[in-house]
Amino acid sequence: MSSRVITPGVSGGGPNVRSLEAPGLRIGERIIKALLWVAATLSVVVTTGIVISLLLPSVGFFQQVSIVEFLTGTIWAPAFAEPSFGVLPIVVGTLMVVLFAMLVAVPVGLTSAIYLSEYAPTKVRKAIKPILEVLEGIPTVAIGLFAFSVLTPLIRELTPFLPWTGPFSIGVAGITVGLLIIPLVSSVSDDAMRSVPMSLREGAYAMGATKFEVALRVVLPAAISGVIAAFVLGISRAIGETMVVLLVAGAGNPVLSFDPTKGIQTMTAYIGSTATGDISQGTITYDSIFAVGALLFLMTLVMNVIAIRLVRRFREVYD
Amino acid sequence: MPKATTGDTVTTDEEASSSPSLGVSDALGEERTRQASGVNTFELRNVNVYYGDMLAVSDVSLDIPHNEITAFIGPSGCGKSTLLRSLNRMNDLIPTARVTGDVLYHGVNMYGPTVDPVQVRTVIGMVFQKPNPFPKSIYDNIAFGPRILGMKGDLDEIVESSLRRAALWDEVKDRLKDNAFGMSGGQQQRLCIARAIAVQPDVILMDEPCSALDPVSTGKVEDLMLELKEDYTIVIVTHNMQQAARVSDLTAFFTVAAMDETSNRTGVLVEIDETRTVFSNPKDERTANYVTGKFG
Repeated sequence: MSSRVITPGVSGGGPNVRSLEAPGLRIGERIIKALLWVAATLSVVVTTGIVISLLLPSVGFFQQVSIVEFLTGTIWAPAFAEPSFGVLPIVVGTLMVVLFAMLVAVPVGLTSAIYLSEYAPTKVRKAIKPILEVLEGIPTVAIGLFAFSVLTPLIRELTPFLPWTGPFSIGVAGITVGLLIIPLVSSVSDDAMRSVPMSLREGAYAMGATKFEVALRVVLPAAISGVIAAFVLGISRAIGETMVVLLVAGAGNPVLSFDPTKGIQTMTAYIGSTATGDISQGTITYDSIFAVGALLFLMTLVMNVIAIRLVRRFREVYD
Repeated sequence: MPKATTGDTVTTDEEASSSPSLGVSDALGEERTRQASGVNTFELRNVNVYYGDMLAVSDVSLDIPHNEITAFIGPSGCGKSTLLRSLNRMNDLIPTARVTGDVLYHGVNMYGPTVDPVQVRTVIGMVFQKPNPFPKSIYDNIAFGPRILGMKGDLDEIVESSLRRAALWDEVKDRLKDNAFGMSGGQQQRLCIARAIAVQPDVILMDEPCSALDPVSTGKVEDLMLELKEDYTIVIVTHNMQQAARVSDLTAFFTVAAMDETSNRTGVLVEIDETRTVFSNPKDERTANYVTGKFG
């Protein structure tokens, strides 16, 4: 019995035993790891920074205006001699935009996704999909101008029985935002539906299901988490949309109203039209911008939490 | 036997029994030991299946008898799955797939102009290689077919009887509302068989139904096949020759052959006969080599 020394590279009578230790420090690996960590941390830091920069001025705001008054008040008149900070009118304005946007984007986006994923020949899909993605990238100000100059007059023409007043309309703004997010909803839903395994479709076909039954009762339920994610993305986009709303719904009329033919100010339109060079820091109007911004942030946050819950609940796990 | 066309109706027993089963070696007058009903569910005549310009299966003619198990065996790429999928028009789902020749189902040309592929698949069901339950509850998996077809009758009863028929009821009766993905692979495959049975088909096609299963589950599925053949015509594609030998009444051996005029390779039928003949006394040397393991 003799103890054996492991010597790398020594080829004696025994097997050629090689070193098991790292040949170097692997500096590159460490640098990459550090860079990746920085990138990941940066996004968290930036987000936190945004939240803090929103919250700090809002703290000042809420020292002068009570939160209850802010959240339940129905008169939004921040620039008046005797200002009133009831945020409900512009919240309702934002929700009206979301409502009308989703009334347009959900049915059209979903139908087009079902067509693209289940019915369209490969050639058609390959042609349409990039177009959709380009449409997603059109500057919203251009779409706003289109809506202002074409869509608004057209819709008025088509619905003379509605009580149109003034140049602006929150309903038309919502419809325009809906058009704007159709490509997003359609593209993301299409991706979700196409990732459903072919074997599930075959299983349904083999029992005599029609193409529509396969799409609606097998593919859509299996892809529902992705489809809901598409809707949530759309809603978040609609909540945050500013340019279209400024151009089509106007920014000057913060009345509490559910009339889609009226021009109504939304939260984003308020921020967008108020945060100009004219405003001086430290005034209550200045702080009110941040309070509205913080509330917007909260709304999208709540939306996302609800969406995550919904997705978990209705998700059909495959594989 | 005259070539049946779309207009023809169901082949009579007399006709069918007098028709020479192509390639079957009972021509010598040997008595069949198999309890043949004499009725053919499928009669294929000069069937070619193409994917685009590629000929995947060439000139297949064979008969598949009623309420028996017919196995398709052969090496990979011999077109046995492709041919199986032409029996319930699953190939229609592939845009480039094309079938020529006659695929007769009880004398009716399945590719005739008045035949609806969706209707075909309610009569001729299919079980796939990998278990593919829907990501729904066990109950909803079975109820899916009856629901979309608007079948009359108590849904609960249909679900129970289908699961019983697939020898799965006792294992799952207490968790019908659970997601089917919580079942084992073998249970999932039997669920898929139960699902196929639920729409009361006439034929069940099985495309390598046990290739993803362990031996115990395979045994259960094979037992199930033997039971089911009392009521259904079963056609099974398998890579497992022991399986073909264990369960099938007839075996068709396919292989890959080079076409004369081109270098393209295509699937051809070598022979179809009673399973015991194919395995013990095959007519063709290629079959003998394959079943004895010398090739493939």
